[in-house]
Amino acid sequence: MTMRLMDGSEAIVEAAIQAGLRFYAGYPMSPATELLEYMAEKLPHHEGVCINAATEIEGINMALGAAAGGFRAASGSCGQGLALMQEAIAEAALNETPIVIFNMARNQQDYFQATRGGGWGDYRTITLAPKDLHEAVEHAQLAFHLADKYRVPVIFMGDNLLARTQMGTTLPQLDLAPLPPKDWQLDGTSGGTGKSRQIWTFGCGKTNDPGPGPSKHWERIAAKFDAIAEVEARYEEGFTDDAETLVVAFGSGGKFVEHVVREMRADGHKVGYFRPVTLWPYPGEALERASQGCKRVLVFELNAGQMIDDVRLNVHDRKLVKAIGGVSFDESGLNLGPLMDATVIRERIELAIHGASK
Amino acid sequence: MSIVMTTRPPEAPSNKVASFKPTLLQTEEHHLCPGCGEPVAIRLVLEVIEELGLAQKNVSIIGHGCYGSFIMTMDVDSTLCLHGRAPAVATGLKRMRPEVAVWTLQGDGDMTSEGLAEILHATARGENITCILLNNGVFGDTGGQMTASSVIGQRTKNTLEGRDAAYHGYPIVIGDMVAAMPGSAFVARGSVHNAASIAATRRLIRKGFQRQMEKKGLSLVEILTMCPTGWFVPASGGADYMMESLGKTYPLGEIKDIAATEQA
Amino acid sequence: MRQVTRGTLVIDADRCKGCELCIVACPPRVLTMSRTGNATGYLYPELAPGCTGCTACQQVCPDFVFEVYKYHEPIVSGSDAERMQ
Repeated sequence: MTMRLMDGSEAIVEAAIQAGLRFYAGYPMSPATELLEYMAEKLPHHEGVCINAATEIEGINMALGAAAGGFRAASGSCGQGLALMQEAIAEAALNETPIVIFNMARNQQDYFQATRGGGWGDYRTITLAPKDLHEAVEHAQLAFHLADKYRVPVIFMGDNLLARTQMGTTLPQLDLAPLPPKDWQLDGTSGGTGKSRQIWTFGCGKTNDPGPGPSKHWERIAAKFDAIAEVEARYEEGFTDDAETLVVAFGSGGKFVEHVVREMRADGHKVGYFRPVTLWPYPGEALERASQGCKRVLVFELNAGQMIDDVRLNVHDRKLVKAIGGVSFDESGLNLGPLMDATVIRERIELAIHGASK
Repeated sequence: MSIVMTTRPPEAPSNKVASFKPTLLQTEEHHLCPGCGEPVAIRLVLEVIEELGLAQKNVSIIGHGCYGSFIMTMDVDSTLCLHGRAPAVATGLKRMRPEVAVWTLQGDGDMTSEGLAEILHATARGENITCILLNNGVFGDTGGQMTASSVIGQRTKNTLEGRDAAYHGYPIVIGDMVAAMPGSAFVARGSVHNAASIAATRRLIRKGFQRQMEKKGLSLVEILTMCPTGWFVPASGGADYMMESLGKTYPLGEIKDIAATEQA
Repeated sequence: MRQVTRGTLVIDADRCKGCELCIVACPPRVLTMSRTGNATGYLYPELAPGCTGCTACQQVCPDFVFEVYKYHEPIVSGSDAERMQ
């Protein structure tokens, strides 16, 4: 594909369709609205369907149905809309239906509900948090791959910067390993064969082919998430070898922090950055290693302190951990606020360093 | 009076005219209560699916209620979805697999209480799905509480003196609501309280699936089913009780058939 | 009394839950409830001569305990001795 200038939302939609997305159902909510608009425009041209759902609950359950039928399917929203989807996200995890949820968040306050989930049961959601549109285009593909590979829900965690910034892109395709055919998909062809298929959270199977039943089924699901945690954590780091100050941030915040840290390095500060690319699985071991020898670990996130819990869990001394972010919206309350600014971030890092040295 | 031996098939020349169970059930066994109407309704649906040649061309989307346990015995591709959401799940699947007969199995609690938005919006969109509503006017699975379709005067565990319109509100007559919307193709109400009604209900279910395969829009077949346990009446009294209570709020028959309208 | 029997049943009595729906459903009224319980303690239907093989009992039965047969030739009461207990 030749390079084209696109809105972030359009690029994400194009990448998702290239990755095989064929069904989307969503409900408008700023800044996830444009994603729905592009899905509605583009999916019908790719033998796909986009439905304007009556509620987020209806939308994600439609996506579950399409995914149960064997198709790559997604829904999307943010904040309160994601909260409405939590029951269905948990259901997808527990009945092993691969779906992708595009969370084009207003801020970074969805960290808990993305990584902890708000649904019932022992499950996790793989959460990809791209730092910019180039990574977002990759993650839009990776999300479907991981969802299908593990039969799990995957959350794509964007924000209004990703959704509404324009970029020139060729939509490069990731080279992902082929996946086995979906022998579990409900295509309707197995009735009366004695081998009819079933997608069910309780995992009881059928009379002539009993499943493990709820306890064993959920134990197996939990073990699956443990196995995912072992191998799917992704991260990016810089200048961590000799850093006295490590700054941890995710998503767009991670990109801003990376920029500030490079600037400060050029000025001779022993600062490093660490960015979890997957918010779950959290790259805890890598953070533990990166923070060895640091005098302080600063957490920049646009919320009152959510990821900081994961940072404290993983650094060798949690007393080193300090929040330098905070709740920060623009006047509308719908977008990232004035804290997402390189100058402000640098001031806060320097204040933390000076404050510590006094 | 002499008793006929009924432990094995007769030795005199004969034809078997009815089997214990439909082919699409893996076993006759289930754990539903004595006198429950739901197994009979499910049998009818499975028989119709087979008659219409849809055995290997259908997916069931099952809600939450006593009938949900049939996911283990119905020999059709199935998923048991979240409470109330079956028409949404069915929508996603049907849009991607339009050649497959997609049907939902829901109780009145599932459809008219928890999932009213889903059935109405699926109807509004004119989804080509067949929704089977097993209406007994009570949450049977949790032991007999009021649903949105419990009838006025009906005693349940949380309407001890009977459903009072002034206090609990009026029942939702979902069949009439769905029939009033242009997206529905076929809406009918049957019952399993006696053999004649059962035969009539089978024909309604058949039309419901036919309208789906003709891509006419959403079909809703409501089936009144006995729940003597949830009504606190003897199993043998369930059929009469049903027609004296639910039967008066929910009259039987076809409410809408787009095919008849088109011919007219 | 001369009794014509056109059909008969196999009743899986041990799966019966005793709801009695078949008793009132039977047009020739040839089903009656047993006096003693089945394996799980429920009373169950027993068949007297005169079944027409109409399948009404099988239609109404929530527990799928009936299998229905139609005889090629109707049996007049007493001539089906081997099927009498």
